[in-house]
Amino acid sequence: MSNAESITIGRAREHESAHLHVSGEARYTDDVTAPAGTLHGAFGLSRIAHGRIRSLDLAPVLAAPGVVAVVTAADIPGENNYGAVVHDDPIFTEALVEYAGQPLFGVVATSHDAARRAARRARVEYEELPALLSAREALAAGSFVLPSERITRGEPDARIAAAPHRLDGEYAVGGQDHFYLEGQIALAVPQEDGCWRILSSTQHPSEVQHVVAHALGVTAKDVTVEMRRMGGGFGGKESQPALIAAAAAVMARKTGRAVKLRLDRDDDMLLTGKRHDFWYRYEVGFGDDGRIHGARLLLASRCGYSVDLSGPVNDRAMFHVDNAYCLEHVDIVSHRCKTHTVSNTAFRGFGGPQGMVLIEQVMDEIARHLGRDPLEVRRANFYGIGERDETHYRMKVEDNILEPLVQRLATESDYHARRAAVAAFNAASPVLKKGLALTPVKFGISFTATHYNQAGALLHVYNDGSVQINHGGTEMGQGLHTKVVQVVAEELAIDPARIRITATATDKVPNTSATAASSGSDLNGMAARDAARKIRARLAAFAAGQAGVAADAVVFERDRIVAGEREWPFAALVKAAYLARVQLWDSGYYRTPKIHYDRATFSGRPFYYFAYGAAVAEVAIDTLTGETRLLRVDILHDVGSSLNPALDLGQVEGGFLQGVGWLTCEELWWNPRGELATHAPSTYKIPACSDWPAEWHVALLERAPNREETIYRSKAVGEPPFMLGIAAFQAIRDAVAACGAPGCRPPLDAPATPEAVLRAVDAVRAAGR
Amino acid sequence: MITLDVNGTSTSVDADPDTPLLWVLRDTLQLTGTKFGCGMSLCGACTVHLDGQPVRSCITPVSAVAGRKIVTIEGVGQGRVAGAVQEAWRRLDVVQCGYCQSGQIMSAVALLEHNRAPSDADIDNAMAGNICRCATYVRIRAAIHEAAKSLA
Repeated sequence: MSNAESITIGRAREHESAHLHVSGEARYTDDVTAPAGTLHGAFGLSRIAHGRIRSLDLAPVLAAPGVVAVVTAADIPGENNYGAVVHDDPIFTEALVEYAGQPLFGVVATSHDAARRAARRARVEYEELPALLSAREALAAGSFVLPSERITRGEPDARIAAAPHRLDGEYAVGGQDHFYLEGQIALAVPQEDGCWRILSSTQHPSEVQHVVAHALGVTAKDVTVEMRRMGGGFGGKESQPALIAAAAAVMARKTGRAVKLRLDRDDDMLLTGKRHDFWYRYEVGFGDDGRIHGARLLLASRCGYSVDLSGPVNDRAMFHVDNAYCLEHVDIVSHRCKTHTVSNTAFRGFGGPQGMVLIEQVMDEIARHLGRDPLEVRRANFYGIGERDETHYRMKVEDNILEPLVQRLATESDYHARRAAVAAFNAASPVLKKGLALTPVKFGISFTATHYNQAGALLHVYNDGSVQINHGGTEMGQGLHTKVVQVVAEELAIDPARIRITATATDKVPNTSATAASSGSDLNGMAARDAARKIRARLAAFAAGQAGVAADAVVFERDRIVAGEREWPFAALVKAAYLARVQLWDSGYYRTPKIHYDRATFSGRPFYYFAYGAAVAEVAIDTLTGETRLLRVDILHDVGSSLNPALDLGQVEGGFLQGVGWLTCEELWWNPRGELATHAPSTYKIPACSDWPAEWHVALLERAPNREETIYRSKAVGEPPFMLGIAAFQAIRDAVAACGAPGCRPPLDAPATPEAVLRAVDAVRAAGR
Repeated sequence: MITLDVNGTSTSVDADPDTPLLWVLRDTLQLTGTKFGCGMSLCGACTVHLDGQPVRSCITPVSAVAGRKIVTIEGVGQGRVAGAVQEAWRRLDVVQCGYCQSGQIMSAVALLEHNRAPSDADIDNAMAGNICRCATYVRIRAAIHEAAKSLA
């Protein structure tokens, strides 16, 4: 680079749509003007969790006011499936119902309201079958969606047996609904000659394209999927939108008209997958210092009725069960349980959080058993540098910054003094109790499906000097498009105002990966840089020729290009290059280097690098009501050299609180018939404004460039901060422990709802009597 | 026909009396800045002003608001308070996905119209019904304080 200084990289540039967001002008899928005559769809859902359909009478549905058509599996000309990995997800189930809320048919009507009202008029007779609802029931019954997996390293049994101390226990963590404020939606518009245009709120336009094509019995070339922005994704729009889009397309094909399928909130929560809840069993042997000598860890997740992304989600849980700690002798077993519930899916962290919460629980257990500060025990187990630096999947941790990061956070948050203050408070306070915890995060960056680690971009420089950039990533609020614009502005040394980023579209960049695994900027930023560098090289060669200097002597600087004695404004050079027949558009491509991974042996280097962070949370609990309050949080998080600190800090703040929600107030509850009872914000509580603590200190680790050659040495930021929320849960556990005798082990599972906290308080108090 | 006063313009719409105002705004008047989130007045994405008070348009029957002053995100920006709020929102980079933010801004403007120096507790109370899954709350709080300062 010959830029004199960075114009945009590392600067707190505002979101590219900020002016639209605050004025209500930002258009989401439901806001785009639909073609005249657009019809509206709704799903008819099963009311039982498991059974055969004896009869399905849709005559009353068809006869309802406003109804134009009903669609069932019989109306699908191609494949009745939206599962991308294993084809076991029917768009409309035909004979077998496998969860309460499963789509049986679709209704197409002149209005959204008419379609929904009509859908309830179906007469369905079932032959009910016994349903397995929880992971533990499925585990006992040997019901799995995929074979169980195991990673064994060293000699865990012998090390546990020989260790000075031993503990075992069980633990469980709940699932989480994505609760993107914009629910699932697709608009399917028939085009000429059997082609289709699909607007879909999706993190994965290419998958929607393929699923729609297969359902309609056409090929990918006949389907174009477009996505400008999502009103939140969080993983819930990785695989699930394919169902919505495919159903809309089938409805549109049958009626020959455009169909919009926008799920009502209840339907969205009933029929789309969520974060996997997990049940765990552990056995651990450790030394006087708390260092783990050997561990046996069992993870069982509720996958629901089908595979969906459960394979890689559970793999990632296994990969992250170490979190920041070197497990030299360990046996990890992962069961992927098949239940008669909705098929669980990706959610920010993608199984990583469910791995990490287990080892953090174990750390806390060890500390309580030994009567040591949990932070000491955690630090005693940290990966080393040059020793104890290989993960259980045989990847060397080369970028370990845990100790300095945690040390600094502990100092800046005054951890030790506050630990003493909390103890003093608790000694004097019989009803309110405080708790404090510091937990670290080490999160692996890259898709574990190695082929997903590629990306493309398409850059157009118009001959008036304006620029369009398109890439395969999707914008869901994380600021990916803003960062990609920054990259192009940096490479061409132009004002970002010259650049328009356009909607993700499968006819611009093909074969894209899901915008997931925190990898959006890493992959698409590099692809955009590649495209921009091609254009820059051509412009440099042209300018060099004009000035009679070498191409590497051409300087790009703040909308100007200087070559020897000659100087052009960017637009003027572009115009001259166009007239001289220089190609002013190009594609860019990127594939992540270094990564490889053998799934058969669970070994290799699945991750290009790790992102790190740590949080200190201080909470208070009311031991009479079980209510909890987050009083203060201190966070230090590693994003390498930040591309945009304003966006990155936003991800850290938001990710943290979303993680706190998962582990505290968000509880999914199924009744004994397998019906989800928490399918609206009336019964499912996500964090609100008042849940942000009164005192907070959130910072990015400075001067910490990624040691790998990522886009301007930045690090991914979407998912890692989510797991900072574990600090809040462990702080609550600390507060509960303060109600019991020293060394007590509070029986508290996540989420730590008021009921759960109250039960745990009662239990430790009863045990102490 | 029901006559509505939306963003200072009188408009007649042909809608069933029990149609929620949200759908009249979005589908009939093409004012799509106001969003559907839950349909139960529990998320705040559909917040508009009715005679200056924040209300949830998803459960407000259109017949109940005939002749009353309705302001949406598209019209609110003309006011001084809204301008300050929108400016603060941008300066502090509040927004992530943006879907709930029309509602957040409408609630924030209504708060500041009545209270020019809100405390954190005032803000939490006023914003309690507006949820944000991106969890931008810390910046919402800060931006409301900032807007209040700029209006002082």
